Amino acid sequence: MTNQTPIAAVALRSVGKDFGDFTALKDVTFDIGDNEFFTLLGPSGCGKTTLLRMIAGFEATTAGTIHLFGDEIETLPPDKRPVNTVFQNYALFPHMNVAENIGFGLKMLGWSKADIDARVAEMIQMVQLGQFVHRKPSQMSGGQQQRVALARAMAPKPKVLLLDEPLSALDLKLRQEMRAELKSLQRETGITFIFVTHDQEEALSMSDRIAVMSAGEVQQIGTPEDVYEHPANRFVADFIGETNLLEAEAGTVDGQSVMCQFGGSSISATTTGAVAPGQKGWLSIRPERLTIGTALGEGSIPARIGQTVYLGTDTQVMAHLEGGATLGARMQNTLAGADRLTEGADIHLTVAPGAARFLVE
Amino acid sequence: MAAVGGGRTVSSAFAPIRLWLLLPSWLTIGFFLLIPVLLMLVYSFLTKEFRGGVIWEFSLAAYDQFLFDRGLFGDDPPTIQWTYITIFARSIIQATIATIMCLLIGFPTAWYIATRPASSRAVWLFLVTVPYWVNLLIRTVSMKFLIRENGPMNEALLGTGILDAPLQLINTDFAVQLGLFYSYLPFMVLPIYAAVERYNFALSEAAADLYASHWTIMRSIVLPVVKPGIIAGCILVFVPSLGAFLAPDLLGGAKNFMIGSLIEEQFKGQAGNWPFGAAASMILLSMVLVVLFFYARSQAREQV
Amino acid sequence: MRTFDPRRYTGFFTITLACLFILYAPLAVVAVYSFNDSLSITRFEGVSLRWYQDVFFGLEAGKFRTAAWNSFTIAIMAATAATMIATAAAIGMVRGGNFKGKPASFALISMPIMVPEIVTAVATLIFFSAIGFSLGYVSILVAHIVFCIPFAYLPISARLQGIEATFEEAAQDLYASRWNAFRYVLAPIMAPGIMSGFLLAFIISLDDFIITNFVKGAGVETLPTAIFGAVKQGIKPDIMALSTLLLLFSILIVTLSYLIGRTGDAKNPE
Repeated sequence: MTNQTPIAAVALRSVGKDFGDFTALKDVTFDIGDNEFFTLLGPSGCGKTTLLRMIAGFEATTAGTIHLFGDEIETLPPDKRPVNTVFQNYALFPHMNVAENIGFGLKMLGWSKADIDARVAEMIQMVQLGQFVHRKPSQMSGGQQQRVALARAMAPKPKVLLLDEPLSALDLKLRQEMRAELKSLQRETGITFIFVTHDQEEALSMSDRIAVMSAGEVQQIGTPEDVYEHPANRFVADFIGETNLLEAEAGTVDGQSVMCQFGGSSISATTTGAVAPGQKGWLSIRPERLTIGTALGEGSIPARIGQTVYLGTDTQVMAHLEGGATLGARMQNTLAGADRLTEGADIHLTVAPGAARFLVE
Repeated sequence: MAAVGGGRTVSSAFAPIRLWLLLPSWLTIGFFLLIPVLLMLVYSFLTKEFRGGVIWEFSLAAYDQFLFDRGLFGDDPPTIQWTYITIFARSIIQATIATIMCLLIGFPTAWYIATRPASSRAVWLFLVTVPYWVNLLIRTVSMKFLIRENGPMNEALLGTGILDAPLQLINTDFAVQLGLFYSYLPFMVLPIYAAVERYNFALSEAAADLYASHWTIMRSIVLPVVKPGIIAGCILVFVPSLGAFLAPDLLGGAKNFMIGSLIEEQFKGQAGNWPFGAAASMILLSMVLVVLFFYARSQAREQV
Repeated sequence: MRTFDPRRYTGFFTITLACLFILYAPLAVVAVYSFNDSLSITRFEGVSLRWYQDVFFGLEAGKFRTAAWNSFTIAIMAATAATMIATAAAIGMVRGGNFKGKPASFALISMPIMVPEIVTAVATLIFFSAIGFSLGYVSILVAHIVFCIPFAYLPISARLQGIEATFEEAAQDLYASRWNAFRYVLAPIMAPGIMSGFLLAFIISLDDFIITNFVKGAGVETLPTAIFGAVKQGIKPDIMALSTLLLLFSILIVTLSYLIGRTGDAKNPE
């Protein structure tokens, strides 16, 4: 490993995994930094859990290498890797109480009884389960079991903590609470977290960086803002958040900005890749970046209101452009009686600067 | 594919030491059962020694004796020997009747238990399985005691005036069938129970909604759905009935000989003809394997 | 008009009662007659424990005591060995991943159940005589171990299939070696299945007549062969007392196994 750049917590190089004819992971290469809250995000079957299980040692790689703080680990069995996992269903040992569950890893590492007791007490305090020490997992709620699982995995002071959809079994309220708690726990302990989820909101709200995955390949790696604001391709734009995706063709190109033609309209959009005039692609515009006005302004597009759907905090408006394309827009319901939004009314849509993005597939 | 990608594959935490885990069972059963069965096949082609045992000389005498009568000294022209064929045929008939009896009683019982509320279901199931755990010999002896000519059943029937002469049950075909039925009834009830328990009663309701009558629903909806359970139950009763020894021996008497007794006599009794006993065992085993083969094939077809 | 209930069929309850009657009547009659204070086995002439006294202290008490000792020691050893072999086999089959010979391996493990008992008896007798193994206590024990393996295997593997693989993964993730993952995590969770397997194997060994009858040789008797021998001379009241004792013992074992099964379910609700 080389010079000034700090050693990565986890370094994946050309990692691949085949199950028979099925390729679960293809040529995955990236680094996860020390102290990072890193999320693997993607739909089910995208390979994110497989990748996590390969780092944990439950699944063998069929190609590539995995390094943990500079040490090659892919040949080590799970019990020889200094990483711990929080399982999706928690996998708490049903025959052991909370303290025994949390102390299990330390016992296997050969810690003395006194050291185990001290560390277990520390962990129990960390997750605030003081009164439950002698309970069995079956006597606890889902949220409490979740905390035990977390304490159990963190007790042996792993170099990296792996979390496999740990919040998916909780109800919405608890899930939102746990997000904040996990994030602050990661900050306090400074342990690298690798978090697997299919829930984009979870990923956006907690992560330092996100790897968006699909069909066994990494589509984009970046900060939450990056992947939301500057999606690298159509999949990322579509998977994260809501967006209007329109088939478009590049017109004049000026550095990062490109004039796009779509369905008889045209608009200025940003782009990252090299784009040639005439190239086909997709235009992505987030609905909340569209504003509806009555007067013609600079860069506004005339449209007619179609169906509207009242959603509480805001209203979803389908706007039909003159060229035939339809865009969904979101209007915050700040004022009562939005009479402008009657079906068939003529309006003007304004796209916020930089909000339109041209994606080359 | 999603399931594979999600990591829910067959668990393989112990795959690296799989061989060491399986070896003890393979060696024990292979050495003390598979090899013995193959050796039995060899013995069926050897020459008998008179006080039990064999002479290591190839001979088809055992199979020949099974089919043909060549007179006392073996030099008469061969005629078909019906004795053993009759014993095998009788065994098949007895086992079949016992299986049908088990099905006729076992199906309604399994159905009734499976449709109880979950809390009392366990108790009913417990009541049906207890006799299975009781020694088969003791159960058969108890049955013999009960149905004897001057046993408690006849005493009761005569005493209450229902009959004026004792029922002659013991040493009849029916006694053997009753004994087999009694021995293996739980084997019929349990798989049918499992099938009925999984049955989705909304199917019956849908059929009723489409104007099917109660018994039509049973015939054209329920039975096809729970058929795998019924077939499993029939096999679990038929196979051990075919080779049963205790019920025919204790309840059937000398006239109602079945395969089990025939084989036993070659090794433990007067006959002392090991190759013939081995041949009869091979024929019994082949019959069972044919049944199991067709069962496995029907199972495989269900899964596709 | 009666409302439609797809679960209800007229007559099924009556048949269930008849079924239970047939199952229990012979056992009940023998149990009652075992308390009969009469030499005649046909007429009931008052309650007494004389035949139980006979079983323990009568003329044939010594024979029965030896037979009972043989039966119990063989059953305990055979069930223990079969349970250990079956537990290892179940882990290899259920947790060993997919492998080529899996169906063949399963067929071999279930062979003692598939093959008719009398055929197993004949084959074992022929094998022992061919290799010159003398028939007696040890030959019975070996035959029982083989015969009991699938009976222990079935409940153990069923239990193991119901346990999620994440438990051992979690143990290994927390630095447990494969052996420690088994010892501290898998074995305690599997325990009810292992216990049921042991009890089933124990009862199967204790009950076995046919195989034992073939491989026991002269002079060594187990309870079933001793009872069978006695019954050949007619059903005497002391046999009924002995049968009733065995009956009670069986009910005790099945109740135990039933309770173990229930606690196991409560502990592992999924």
